[in-house]
Amino acid sequence: MAFRDDEDIYQEHILDHYEDPYHRGSCEHPTHMHEDDNPLCGDVVHVELRIGPDRRVQEAWFAGEGCCISQASASMLMEAIEGKQVDELKRFSAEGMLTMFGPRLTPNRQKCCLLPWRVVQTAIHSPVDENGNGGGPTFTGPDLGEET
Amino acid sequence: MSIVETLPLDAETLREDFPILSTVIHGDRPLVYLDNAATTQRPRQVIEKLVEVYERQYANVHRGIHWLSDHSTDLFEEAREKVRSFINAGSAPEVIFTTGCTMAINLVARSWGDANVRAGDEIIITEMEHHSNSVPWHQLAERTGAVVRHIPITEEGLLDLDAFDELLNERTRIVAVGAVSNVLGTINPIGEIVRRAHDAGALVLVDAAQSVPHDKSDVQAWGADFVAFSGHKMLGPSGVGVLYGRLDLLEAMPPFLGGGSMIRRVTLEGFEPADPPAKFEAGTPPIVPAIGLGAGIDYLEAIGLEKIHQHEQLLAAQAHAAMEQIGGVRFLGPAPDKKAGIISFTLEGIHAHDVAQILDRHGVAIRAGHHCAMPLHKRLGVVASNRASFYFYNTLDEVEILAEALQDAKRIFRRR
Repeated sequence: MAFRDDEDIYQEHILDHYEDPYHRGSCEHPTHMHEDDNPLCGDVVHVELRIGPDRRVQEAWFAGEGCCISQASASMLMEAIEGKQVDELKRFSAEGMLTMFGPRLTPNRQKCCLLPWRVVQTAIHSPVDENGNGGGPTFTGPDLGEET
Repeated sequence: MSIVETLPLDAETLREDFPILSTVIHGDRPLVYLDNAATTQRPRQVIEKLVEVYERQYANVHRGIHWLSDHSTDLFEEAREKVRSFINAGSAPEVIFTTGCTMAINLVARSWGDANVRAGDEIIITEMEHHSNSVPWHQLAERTGAVVRHIPITEEGLLDLDAFDELLNERTRIVAVGAVSNVLGTINPIGEIVRRAHDAGALVLVDAAQSVPHDKSDVQAWGADFVAFSGHKMLGPSGVGVLYGRLDLLEAMPPFLGGGSMIRRVTLEGFEPADPPAKFEAGTPPIVPAIGLGAGIDYLEAIGLEKIHQHEQLLAAQAHAAMEQIGGVRFLGPAPDKKAGIISFTLEGIHAHDVAQILDRHGVAIRAGHHCAMPLHKRLGVVASNRASFYFYNTLDEVEILAEALQDAKRIFRRR
């Protein structure tokens, strides 16, 4: 096959995240959550975060279904954002996400990869109310169009 | 595993006419083009015709007194006659050139629909329609207060004609149905549907985008009132499609778009529309694409539509047999003898986009997603599916490469 290993979307590292994901499930006592989908391919990602008083992400969990890329990138993202400051997360760009994922993706597959990133960017603006219900974002979040 | 030994057409020889089919991708993979339901490729004969017209015969049509315009007009009208003969329409004015199948259906929904459909009227479509044959009817319903109802599909993936009988009533104004499902591949009994609809006093529009390119068509034998299809799915360029309409209906319908060509005369007070087909061809039509479509029709007729249909059905039968050997394949749609050369499927545990991505690495081009049929996918309980669709230039070797590539997808996701 004419693909270098590091350019292979289905390299071991990515399949590992897909098949044995980090923090797939739900967070105990989440403070923030959000869910979104990609109607074209049906990928869904739900993210629950517990953000501490120091504005640091204590725990990050995801649920969802979809292609290998959307689910593996969610797993990678959960692993990467734990312990990070919310302000750091806000500065984490779509380009940064694509770089972290690794292999070069065509524009269509970039949408799969960026779905979890988009959900996280909205989740940090979507506090959970006293009843444990995730509301919408409290204000208009970052420009979601920047992924393209 | 090989249930088909030979095919009725010598695809290897025909492929020599299609420059793009000798493409090699990803370094060493011959392109295996199995996305023909989305759009077909075109032979040199069509491409050369486009070049020839632009280089030597092109001017605007139906306008000039000059030699070049006359010449261009003759070619454009010859193309109309080729289409007429190809689908056995009664007369050339019943053949309207549009920008595509979608435009043709929208033309009917807007022009005929707005003039004839009222609040409380009913429009019947099916659960298996392409969005292009559902959204224009929903829009018409929104404008008029009419109701859209759906013929359900059976578990096998066929239209439930008993349910159709129950849906038909004196409020039914039109039945809009695909001749062949772009997902299931199901060949629908159009003649029978038209007979039942007409008995109930309703008209019928047939979305023939997936049938006209692949099998012999006879709009008069169908008895259909309107038939729509695309040029780019049958060797022609994109940007041209066809609406066939019964002349008495076209004559009674108001024009759709306004502009040049569609008028008999214009005054300061208003306008008087031209007769069909000009009445529905406002503005400069897709001149060269229509002539290119005519060249595509010449090519198809030289091969023979019956042979094309047989060839594709045998490829689909062989693909079914080969794919059944791979565990975890779920076919969407009926058995090969009840469908065209379209195979939609899912591979257990692997998302459709991952399947298509891995197939691409083998050079195999298939479609992944909902194929512009979201309601059907919901009905089938799948978010997305894969679709391999054949044309007369596909070979048994390509079916084998498809099966091998699917095995590879299974290997990559083996641990799941």
